[in-house]
Amino acid sequence: MIDRFIRRLPVTLALLLGTSAVAQAPVAAPPAQTAPPAAVPADQGDGGLVVDVEGGISAPTPIAIPVMPTAAVVQTPAGATDALGRQLSDIIATDLRNSGLFTPLSPGQLRPVTFPEVQAPAYDHWRSTQAQALVQGYIRANGDGTLTVGCYLFDVSAQRELARQGFVVPPADWRRAAHKCADTVYARLTGEGPYFDSRVVYVAETGPKANRIKRLAIMDQDGANHRFLTNGQSIVLTPRFAPNQQSIVYMSYVGRIPSIYVYDIGSGKQRLVVQNAATTFAPRFSPDGRFILFSMATGGNTDLYRVSAQGGTPQRLTTSPGIDTGGSYSPDGSRIVFESDRSGGQQIYVMNADGSNQHRISFGGGRYATPVWSPRGDLIAFTKLAGSFRIGTMSPSGGAERLLTDDWSDEGPSWSPNGRAITFYRSGRGSSGKATLWMVDLTGVNERRIPTPLDGSDPAWGPLRP
Amino acid sequence: MALSRTTLILATAALAIAGCAKKRPEVLPPAPVDNTGDAGTGTGPVTGAGEGAITPGSNADFQRSVTSNTVLFGLDQYDIDPAARAILDNQAQWLARYPNVRITIEGHCDERGTREYNLALGDRRANAAKNYLAARGVAASRITTISYGSERPAATGSDDAAWAQNRRAVTVVLN
Repeated sequence: MIDRFIRRLPVTLALLLGTSAVAQAPVAAPPAQTAPPAAVPADQGDGGLVVDVEGGISAPTPIAIPVMPTAAVVQTPAGATDALGRQLSDIIATDLRNSGLFTPLSPGQLRPVTFPEVQAPAYDHWRSTQAQALVQGYIRANGDGTLTVGCYLFDVSAQRELARQGFVVPPADWRRAAHKCADTVYARLTGEGPYFDSRVVYVAETGPKANRIKRLAIMDQDGANHRFLTNGQSIVLTPRFAPNQQSIVYMSYVGRIPSIYVYDIGSGKQRLVVQNAATTFAPRFSPDGRFILFSMATGGNTDLYRVSAQGGTPQRLTTSPGIDTGGSYSPDGSRIVFESDRSGGQQIYVMNADGSNQHRISFGGGRYATPVWSPRGDLIAFTKLAGSFRIGTMSPSGGAERLLTDDWSDEGPSWSPNGRAITFYRSGRGSSGKATLWMVDLTGVNERRIPTPLDGSDPAWGPLRP
Repeated sequence: MALSRTTLILATAALAIAGCAKKRPEVLPPAPVDNTGDAGTGTGPVTGAGEGAITPGSNADFQRSVTSNTVLFGLDQYDIDPAARAILDNQAQWLARYPNVRITIEGHCDERGTREYNLALGDRRANAAKNYLAARGVAASRITTISYGSERPAATGSDDAAWAQNRRAVTVVLN
């Protein structure tokens, strides 16, 4: 498990590869020269600590995350290392608490951990706190201006180490080290994929309901590092990440022709995708990033098309006289789920990526809209319209329908990178029309609001960051 | 004494109202911070109004002359009903007098539809109005359409009355 996780992390973050690096913790020796210690096998099926993600009814696992010590307090562009150590443990605790599967001990239940103690926990103390798992770590400022964050996970009752990771980050990315550590803990204890080190793009809203000003905005999954991408001159809708996370596809009313644009996050430049006077909307990238799936309305009829992400001539995929929109690829790119009102009201359909074999999968009564295929491939999230608007999931064949939320108007689901949680937006009733961002896990039990500086809608969760 | 005070208050109020009325065209928002064209919401700026002369064939002239610049639709519907027909017939007559004038028709929806579907439904409504005007002799080349989905409601309540006002197609003369 640990090895698998380490292999999955590319070198962009300049990771000190796992075990050997962290074993060095208190000594500042080059990681590559360290002999790998005898790692404890981290098998899952040993009767040890395993967190149940399916049940959702069982109590969250108590976990202790004491402040991460630093060997020497050093001022860095991100702050002093002792202050960073406190913030790192806070971020990890918040991530794990927000998953709904863990209850971090309150600060009053935690004791200070000394630097040499990081790898040798005081098990007797932690057992007395009722914590089942313990996350210890350290932070160190390196001579080259980077920061090293060590992250260790222990099983308190079995008194053994379950995972260890080391991360070397530029000071600006210090929060990502905390998210990576929380991801390590979450993945090791649940057996699910990580998702905390990810971002959300959405539409920030201000102004009166009849004339909302809408801006693209991007933030970390926990709301940190928020920034606006567009200035609100034109209405913007439905942003979605490219798989490589370097660009965002969205719809804008700039020039009074509602059209699909690609926003390059690095340069801030935007380009029109389809040169056409027709209305184009509902864009989404293919999983390999080569195509953009979208809808085009011409003369009152809306169909699905795909176009090269570089532009060019669109290829038409549906030809029904109804409204075909809201397309989303399966994770392997072989199929597309979409909504169509060809049978009268909005329903969910699946077809092959070339448009063949179109068939309806939703038959539960009411209307179904905004289908999105889970990155795990096992579920399709949707908005169900039956009096109120609710977020739900069903299998790709249309079975096992579950409704996860129950409010007046929940819409627009988007999956977490590991397919265990869904973000969506909730609209308020009446003339304020306040829209807010939310997330809910697959059990429907853990639902919470995502804080944003302004109102927010159309959230799209990005992939796990490299 | 009491009487004269009342009179004074009334006179002040009348002055205030007169002042508001006079300034109104300036106070109205020029399609706020948005340049995407919301003139057709029915409450938008009336170009050239308030300065006295209304240019024949202008959007102000159109709004003053026709029965209504807006036709309404049923829930999730886009058919042109008898009431809408009468309004569009009237618009077509005005447009016949100004054959060089071009128009855009905005399609709008209520908030009880999902965002992307509403963009498609607004396009349907705008095109239904366009097709009707074309059948009444207005050259299709004079008409463009744009869908605002549910982005620009005319009424901001969350009730049947507000939603009925928001399911609409609005004709705007391009000056």
